Amino acid sequence: MNTGQKNSPEQYISDTVDLSVDLGGLRLKNPVTAASGTFGYGREYEPFADISRLGAVIVKGTTLKPTPGNPAPRIYETASGMLNSIGLENPGIEVFLDIHLPYLLERGVQVIANIAGNTFEDNETLGAMIRRQSGVAAIELNISCPNVEKGGMHFGTDPDMVFQVVNAVKKVTDLPVIPKLSPNVSDITIIAQAAQAGGADALSMINTLMGMAIDVKKRKPVLGNIFGGLSGPAIKPVALRMIYQVHKEIDIPILGGGGIMNVTDVLEFIMAGSSAVSIGTANFVQPGISVQLINELADYMVANNVAKISDLVGAAVYK
Amino acid sequence: MSVSQMQGMVIENVQKNSGWYEMEISIPSFAPCARPGQFVHIKTGAGSDPLLRRPFSICDFDKDAGRLFLMYKLVGSGTKWLSSVASGSYIDIVGPLGKGFTCPDPGARVILVGGGIGIAPLLYLARRLTERNCRLRIFYGVEEYHQLSALNKFERLGVNIDVATHDGSAGFKGLVTDLFEQKIVSEKADVIYTCGPEIMMAKVAAVAAQYQIPGELSLEEYMACGVGACLGCARKLKAEDDNFVKICKDGPVFSFSQMKFDLN
Ligand SMILES: Cc1cc2nc3c(=O)[nH]c(=O)nc-3n(C[C@H](O)[C@H](O)[C@H](O)COP(=O)(O)OP(=O)(O)OC[C@H]3O[C@@H](n4cnc5c(N)ncnc54)[C@H](O)[C@@H]3O)c2cc1C
Ligand SMILES: Cc1cc2nc3c(=O)[nH]c(=O)nc-3n(C[C@H](O)[C@H](O)[C@H](O)COP(=O)(O)O)c2cc1C
Ligand code: FES
Repeated sequence: MNTGQKNSPEQYISDTVDLSVDLGGLRLKNPVTAASGTFGYGREYEPFADISRLGAVIVKGTTLKPTPGNPAPRIYETASGMLNSIGLENPGIEVFLDIHLPYLLERGVQVIANIAGNTFEDNETLGAMIRRQSGVAAIELNISCPNVEKGGMHFGTDPDMVFQVVNAVKKVTDLPVIPKLSPNVSDITIIAQAAQAGGADALSMINTLMGMAIDVKKRKPVLGNIFGGLSGPAIKPVALRMIYQVHKEIDIPILGGGGIMNVTDVLEFIMAGSSAVSIGTANFVQPGISVQLINELADYMVANNVAKISDLVGAAVYK
Repeated sequence: MSVSQMQGMVIENVQKNSGWYEMEISIPSFAPCARPGQFVHIKTGAGSDPLLRRPFSICDFDKDAGRLFLMYKLVGSGTKWLSSVASGSYIDIVGPLGKGFTCPDPGARVILVGGGIGIAPLLYLARRLTERNCRLRIFYGVEEYHQLSALNKFERLGVNIDVATHDGSAGFKGLVTDLFEQKIVSEKADVIYTCGPEIMMAKVAAVAAQYQIPGELSLEEYMACGVGACLGCARKLKAEDDNFVKICKDGPVFSFSQMKFDLN
């Protein structure tokens, strides 16, 4: 528990090792962030950790209007992973800006907003509403969601659409824009390059892998939405491979994640080319894990004479 | 309400009858204010498969002794792991979670209707209700006679429990809902609480509505976070509702009046 010792571990860590990283102009005091959709609006995890210690909290994906989400069942456990088809349930951008954001800012949390417009224009409007003045530190642009105008085709699967939507959001906001890439493509480096060309300040990867499960008794799909996104340890090797590939091809930093459960996983992601990491499904299993990983990362650095965590970024990548 | 993550030491973990287990856990830091109807989220297994925590109702809780009791049924890998935990081992528990049953006025006339493993949260509820001098009637439906091992726990509380078995091997022969429907007229209950298969709770709520008696029930849904963050345990209480409630946070206990069952 975190009672009354708010600053001491942080103070200790900053005196000993340098955990800070740069994510495309966004300074993070440490590389550990909470992944969008897995950490609510932060407050759900306050009983388990001092969430202000995180490098950033990436809040649940926000649409322009309130979105009710997909029919139940929405989640299902699979081997070392889980499927989810939440369907971006959220109260809309106004409730986020008026209620959830001030709550987090009051607690000293660095907030990355995650936007998920249903159309090109929605993403522009959302981007324009979230500026430095609002207190948000950066925008994660979820391009893994369907573009309603293009018959539900995902923004993130077409390089031209990726370029355009990133470019459009970049133009309307003064914040760093971090597109979140979908792994459901045949060549992730083409998408990454399109995002970089569109002006992305950093890239977030990977979002969930599309999957499904069948209820054999009922002879039908388990999830109400039929398909869902696979997350958790099962997707880690795929995430690492994609980050490794992208790190070789692009110049902007990567916020990496997908199945991180422990500090060795964090190090793998950093060595594969991630400047920062996002912790998702692991929060459900160990609600205090994200903050615990900051401490364990610092311990690793002390034990291995690593002065700056940024020195390890891409250490395993042969350029 | 102080939710936290704790290690609890298993005192006893015994199979009571085929596939039914009772576990007693020493957990001194468990929130003394834990309410009946709330649940705990347990890490089953040390690795990543099974991955997610498993929800279990607080079956009973002794805050002075720091003892938590669970009653669980073997279902799949998580409960299988749980059944193998030896006395003296520690298990990882998050709780208490969710909203429990509301407390009726002291002295209220209360009916509890349990079905199968759904009896679990009703034991702690019965304890709290007897402390409030409520007059309790309990109707309990089981498929097989040997599932009646839960009974002696209620008997120790000194409350009456009427059993219905499918095969008539004990008590009333037939469905507990039929037994309940027969008795409700003479019982003059102020409030009804129920937990069990959804089809049973739907029937209980329908009968209660006929007699205009309010009540509450406890729902289940697959869960990931258990704390209201992932929005995974969503469901609509009425088909026409626009919004989904989250079973882990808005529930698992809901009032009859919030629900409209669609059993087809
Ligand atoms: C609020 C609440 C209280 C509960 N209290 C009890 C209790 O006191 N005693 C008891 O025996 N059972 C209880 N259950 C059901 C219990 O959680 C499941 O039986 C258990 O999760 C099964 O896990 P498994 O790995 O053995 O089964 P598997 O079928 O292998 O589990 C696979 C996945 O499905 C989920 N799942 C399976 N069945 C259920 C279910 N009925 N409800 C929710 N999730 C399910 C599991 O959690 C897991 O994520 C409760 C459920 C909820 C939601
Ligand atoms: C229940 C759930 C909800 C999610 N919601 C969002 C979301 O709203 N926006 C988004 O960009 N990613 C969302 N994600 C994806 C995660 O942020 C993360 O990228 C993914 O789960 C992979 O990381 P993990 O394996 O560590 O969970 C969600 C994931 C889960 C499991
Ligand atoms: S289980 Fe995550 S919101 Fe209920």
